[in-house]
This record gives sequence, structure tokens and C-alpha cells, in this order.
Amino acid sequence: MEVMAIISIFTLSIFVGFEVVSKVSSTLHTPLMSGANAIHGVILVGAIIVADHSDSELELGLSLAAIVLATINMVGGFVVTDRMLEMFKGKGAKGKSSGDK
Amino acid sequence: MSRFLYELIGLSTGVMFILALKGLSHPRTARRGNLLGATGATIATIAVFFYSSDGRLPLNNLGWILGAIAFGLIVGVPAARKVQMTAMPQLVALFNGVGGAAAALVAIVEYLKLGQIAPTAVVIATVFTVVVGSTSFSGSVVTFLKLQELMTTRPVVLAGGRFVVAGTLVATLVCAGWVVTSLGTTPLLFLAGLSLAFGILFVLPVGGADVPIVISLLNAFTGLTVAAGGYLLDSTLLIIAGTLVGASGTILTRLMAEAMGRSLFGTLFGAFTAKPQDSSATGEDRTVKSGSPDDVAILLNYARRVVIVPGFGLAVAQAQHTVRELADLLSAKGIDVVYGIHPVAGRMPGHMNVLLAEANVPYEQLSEMDEVNPTFPQTDVALIIGANDVVNPAAKTTPGCPIYGMPILDVAQAGNVIFLKRSMRPGFAGIENELLFDAKTTLLFGDAKASLTRVVSALKAL
Repeated sequence: MEVMAIISIFTLSIFVGFEVVSKVSSTLHTPLMSGANAIHGVILVGAIIVADHSDSELELGLSLAAIVLATINMVGGFVVTDRMLEMFKGKGAKGKSSGDK
Repeated sequence: MSRFLYELIGLSTGVMFILALKGLSHPRTARRGNLLGATGATIATIAVFFYSSDGRLPLNNLGWILGAIAFGLIVGVPAARKVQMTAMPQLVALFNGVGGAAAALVAIVEYLKLGQIAPTAVVIATVFTVVVGSTSFSGSVVTFLKLQELMTTRPVVLAGGRFVVAGTLVATLVCAGWVVTSLGTTPLLFLAGLSLAFGILFVLPVGGADVPIVISLLNAFTGLTVAAGGYLLDSTLLIIAGTLVGASGTILTRLMAEAMGRSLFGTLFGAFTAKPQDSSATGEDRTVKSGSPDDVAILLNYARRVVIVPGFGLAVAQAQHTVRELADLLSAKGIDVVYGIHPVAGRMPGHMNVLLAEANVPYEQLSEMDEVNPTFPQTDVALIIGANDVVNPAAKTTPGCPIYGMPILDVAQAGNVIFLKRSMRPGFAGIENELLFDAKTTLLFGDAKASLTRVVSALKAL
């Protein structure tokens, strides 16, 4: 890929990254961090690419380890974030839960 | 599939990640945002099986690849599903660490393959990925050990700590130069080893209460390694996704530090500059006023306004439901009850909100620190359940203590202060709390859930 194209993508992504999270309430810090954490699990794609390219047992072994770790990061990350956010779902329904005592 | 289509899918996935982060920053759209991110990641993973740069399909080692993914699923999904909500921060730390390790491994494999023909720019990106990925991995493991309380939660400062850290950093940089000039495998392994050591040394001096900030920082680090990995593998998607996480993670780290009233620098290097604590001032024979559940029930019964300050001890005892029962009982008596939530109550910003939401505590009873602090002078009873550091006046009065400068809930302003505590053991940050010895403080020792149950029945009997 053209070097300038890479630098452009990189720079623009930085600004988008800054922009999307600049006004988040502290309540959501933990889920947001956990969700961002799951997104970088997409290194799984890279791990699959290098596993495809591997020509020695050492390379294949290391790539497969990377695949296992990246899968844990990605899938585990999204699942645990969903569990956290599931807890917030009832808060729109006011009084519903407080009245059942 | 054609290169064009593959790149188009990559770009769409990148956009989905942007929307996912955007969604995650608002309560209403957070869950949808997360699902969108998961969908994007799944699409990207499927697409890579149907494209290869030389048009040869299926991928080599396909069976192995699928097997490794299946193994990752078998480990990751149950871990994420079964983890107690109280232990969730350390699981996130661990997930982040393995992501960093995966990025470092990808870079190492690519380097082994290219060998002597690697252009300098590629080698530099490899070095960056290996250094930061390994640091993120070992650092995350240390944060896991701290949060799981498998090691001390106090800052660990080695003799001459700052020189050891600086020395390791210099050695890492020298080794990085060695890799770039010699292109050998041995220097790269040395580099990985040094980076792992640096990650450990970097996190050890961080005090328990500041660990979440470090997790967030390491999360941003891992994002950047993924971006560098994207450069190595010529993948636009990895560059976009990694950079997004790196940038948003950096902002998030700063926001978290602000919410806790900490500077990032102070968090990371505070332990090196802090004066040793004067432990002799806290005489062991000082008396505290310990009460019975009946005393506590009476105090609560004749209050007009009660602020409940929940802490991690409440979560550990799984007492969320019992505290709600108590709050309902008090509300039924016409007493004004609110929960004062410190931004970092629990182990991470927002962690306590998650735990109380799990117990169906009505959202409007949850009050943020800035809202509740001015109301303490009008509050008759502050009921502190399993919290300590977030109400410790030392944060205001004792310069040099590890939590100095952290905003706290001003419970000392309330008419009466009740601590439900397991023991006199100091909180997560390991600092003595002067408020425990105050004349208006009553202590009720025991497991938070057992104590609350006894208070509830005493209150019903009144």
C-alpha cells in the first residue's frame, strides 16, 4: 500500500477515535473500555493471514497460538461487554422494579 | 473474492467499529453498539477465509486455523459468560493482555518469514509491535494478579525502582536497535523478553486503586500494536481498528484519570516519588465504636435522610439484593434514601452501577458523587457498606498518601457515619482511614450481606 495512504488512514482514524468517545459519562467507562478491547481482537484476521503464509512448523505453531489468543480477546471481549450492558437495560422502565417489594 | 471486494468489506467493517464505539458512549445505544462491533468483527473474520493475495483458496493449514479458533471459543466464551460481575475488571485486563500477545506473535511470525529481506520500515513496525504487545501482555497479567488479589495491591517499589525501570527501558531500546541492524532471530527474542520484563516493572509500582487507569492505558497500547500489525500485513482494516482503539483508549484513560482526580503521570510514577507512609501515627490500640445491628437499625429508623455508599465489599458479599431490601424498607417509612456512587466505586469507573443495576436498584436512586456531596450536611446517616478508600479523608488531608487528590464522598459531613466492614483491614489502596476512629462513627463488623440481613430484621422488629 502507498505510504501516504497509510499515513492518511492512520491520521484520520486517530481523530475519529478521539471524537467518538470525547463525551462519555463515567458510568459507561468500563463497558466502553471493554468494547474497545474486544475490537482490537480483530488482530485475529492478521493471525489467520500469517497462519496461511506459514512455511515452517515454528511459524505455524506461533500463528496458531496467536489465533487462539486473538479469538479469546475478540469473542470473550464482546460477550463480557454484552453482559455488562445487559444490566443497564431495565433502567428506562422507571419504578417497575421498585414497586414489586 | 476480488481484492476490491475484500478491501470494501474491510472498509465497511472499519465503519462498523466506528459506529460501535459511538454507540458505546451513550447509555441508550450502548448494547446495540457492542453488537454492531461483534457483527463487524465476525464479518471481517469470515471474509479473510475467502481471499488470498495470490488467488489460491482454500487457505493453507485451514484445518489447523479452524481448530485454533474453536479452541479459542471454548476457552473465551465460558470465561466471559461465567465470570462473576465482581471479577469482571480482571477478566477484561486478561482479554486485553492476550490480544497484545497475539499481535506480538503475528509480528514475530511475519518477521521470521521475511528474514533478511525485510525493509527497514517493516522491521521498525515489527519492533514496535513486539515491544508494545509484550509490554501490554505482561503488564495486563500483573494487573490481573493485583485485582484478583493474588499479589499485594499496594504499590511495589523495588530498591532503586526507578533506575531498574529506566535501565530496562534503555536495554529494550538498545536491543531494538540491534534487531533493526542485524535482522537476526536471537535479538528479536531478547527484545520480547526485555519487553515482558518492562511490562511487569511498569505496572508493579501502581497502587491498587489506580489499576483501572493502567488497564485502560494498556488497552490503548494493544490497539496501537494492532495498527502496526495492520501495516506489516498490508491490512487497512487492522490499521483502522487498531488506531481507533489506540486513540479512543487514550482519551478514555484521560477521562478515567480525571474522574478519579488523578494525573496520568502521578498514577504511573507516583509510587517512586511518594514519601514512605508514617505508619507509627496509627496506633494499634486506638478505640473504635462498634455497634450492634439494633444500634444501626435505630440510627436508621430515626433518620430523615440516608445516603448509602456501596463499595466493593458489598459486591464481594453479593449483598446488592439485601441492600435494596433495606432501602425499600426505609423508603416505606418515609425516609429519603439515595445511593452515593463514587465514580470508581468497585474496581472500575461505572462498575458499581453495573452491580446495582443487576440487583434492580431503581436508576433514579443512584446519585453521582458531584450531586450527592453537597447534600451530606443535610444527611442524618451515611451508611457505608464495604467501601473505604472512596470515603477516606486522607485523600484530602494527607499529601503523599497513594490516594491523595482523589475526590471522595464527604461522608464526614453527615450527622452519623456507619461503616459495615469485615474487619479493620484497610481498603484496596492499603491506607488507614481516620474516619473509623471518629466519635460519630459506628462500626458493624461482619460480612456485608450477613450484617445487612441482621439490620433489616432489627429494623422490621422496631
